[in-house]
Amino acid sequence: MTTKAIGAAPADVHTAEVGLVRGWLRRPEVGAIIGAGVVWLFFAAITPTNWISVQGIARILDPASTLGIMAIAVALLMIGGEFDLSTGVMTGTTGLVAGLLSTRLGWHLWPSMFVALIFALGVGYLNGMMVIKTGLPSFIVTLATFFVLRGANVGVTRLVTDQVYVGGIDRAVGFMPARLFFNTGVTLFGIEFRTSILWWVVLTCLASWVLLRTRYGSWIFATGGDAQAARNAGVPVAHVKIALFMTTAGAAWLVGMMNVVRLRSAVASQGIGQEFVYIIAATIGGCLLTGGYGSVVGAAIGAAIFGMAQVGIVFAGWDTDWFYSFLGVTLLVAVLVNNYTRRRAEQISVAAAKMRTEGE
Amino acid sequence: MPEPILEVRHITKLFGSVIALSDVSAKIYPGEVTCLLGDNGAGKSTLIKILSGVYQPTEGEYYFEGRRVVFNSPREALDHGIATVYQDLSLIPLMPIWRNFFLGSEPEKGWGPFRRYDIDLAKRTVRTELAKMGIIIRDPDQPVGTMSGGERQSIAICRAIYFGAKVLILDEPTAALGVKQAGIVLHYIVQAKRRGLGVIFITHNPNHAYPVGDRFIILRRGRVLGDFRKGEVEKDALMNLMAGGEDLAQLQRELEQTGEEQ
Repeated sequence: MTTKAIGAAPADVHTAEVGLVRGWLRRPEVGAIIGAGVVWLFFAAITPTNWISVQGIARILDPASTLGIMAIAVALLMIGGEFDLSTGVMTGTTGLVAGLLSTRLGWHLWPSMFVALIFALGVGYLNGMMVIKTGLPSFIVTLATFFVLRGANVGVTRLVTDQVYVGGIDRAVGFMPARLFFNTGVTLFGIEFRTSILWWVVLTCLASWVLLRTRYGSWIFATGGDAQAARNAGVPVAHVKIALFMTTAGAAWLVGMMNVVRLRSAVASQGIGQEFVYIIAATIGGCLLTGGYGSVVGAAIGAAIFGMAQVGIVFAGWDTDWFYSFLGVTLLVAVLVNNYTRRRAEQISVAAAKMRTEGE
Repeated sequence: MPEPILEVRHITKLFGSVIALSDVSAKIYPGEVTCLLGDNGAGKSTLIKILSGVYQPTEGEYYFEGRRVVFNSPREALDHGIATVYQDLSLIPLMPIWRNFFLGSEPEKGWGPFRRYDIDLAKRTVRTELAKMGIIIRDPDQPVGTMSGGERQSIAICRAIYFGAKVLILDEPTAALGVKQAGIVLHYIVQAKRRGLGVIFITHNPNHAYPVGDRFIILRRGRVLGDFRKGEVEKDALMNLMAGGEDLAQLQRELEQTGEEQ
């Protein structure tokens, strides 16, 4: 911009041309899109027959869907400037709560799931309140929540069942409708697709709409960008943060329920370690670790990259023990691509700005 | 002389046993720039935080448009039309201009669950409103962080005016700026004044205060050391008063001397 009263019209022609490229490169999810393309081509070259098939797509989207649902919630929270390390374990805790209530107390599965939801939202609220009231980094607060839940998952489950898992959830009343609602298989082109994929796509669109097209989205960006400035402008920063913690907990509940109806059981160790995978997916998707910047669509694509890596290694016939090593490399490459494109975009911006000033 | 739009009488503010302000009285008039001068620790920040509703005074009265008011939050002050632009805490660098401009007061369209941010309106309004202040932008999507300090302050001032501010409090808007950038901000301070706002300009730089100020209030160690209209005081005298190199009596003598010379 310029503070001169009259701008120079001829320079507009140049800036319009650069503007298209720059506008696209400036999007936070561009790194993830390029990364996804590279990983896809990589496996397409190694194992083309399996990879480029309907079955291949169905296999990739299966793990990507539940991971993606978590990643978009985590992305919103990260854009809001906070972390949640209790998301992974929460997918297990909610499953155990619903499983224990329905199998041990003989509850209908729906109210059991509802109680699990209330529990998850309660923990999310507590996470948010503790971060706001104590001023401690959310990394520490939610790490504490993570350990407490991890211990309680094993402790309570063993106390009630003498084992570390809750089985036989499919015998609970209302199991089939719940399965239909949350996560079932649908045959398309002769191949079974999980309905969790549909949830993932719908929630990605919804979350992206909220972030980019509503006032709440602006508040999320502002809260993570500079909480003090946001407060000065009248943004209810504490409310925004608490709502975001409740969103990640709610997403963990949804994924927990998807696992329960699919596996027909709940394991005490479910989800542990996944919290970092969600954060990584969001980061690959363009979220800054410092908050205030990122993309929901990018996080969903980040999750797709994970799905590709997970399935690609199996298709390629590699030792799956190496999955996490591959993931590490993928993460590094994706983030480097991210940084590179962002720098390029900035350079183009600077060049365009220079051209404008010289034009005048 | 018009009525003051904002007035504080005998304000005292204690933080525990520390006296931050002691018996401070001041009047702010519409269409005037009142400069609040003082060295670090003089109580400038405490006073503006009371004016903007962040703190409540321990003692003393606060009048707005002739009525006594008590503000419990910055939002309440803002709702009365008292807007504060903080030095570096008003805009969010990673966010585009239009999101920053309407932050906290977003225009919406649509109905019920489909209520959404009216982005087209926001972008259009930002362009026209900034143009009214003489700021031409090409791309409302430009992140504020890529703009210069002076431009950012100007946008923050423009935003406050657009949202109906009657009193504009500027907390050291020129402190971190170079000479040229500071000049730009001073220009917009005069613009705000011409629109009839009561402007409170906090600074410790008399070189910035003197050209635009109509009144000068000097704070030192929590007390009002002087309250002058332009023409009653020289720039150098302001500087000395702030730094505490001179007291009022000496200043008086100087003023009398200049009077005799004329």
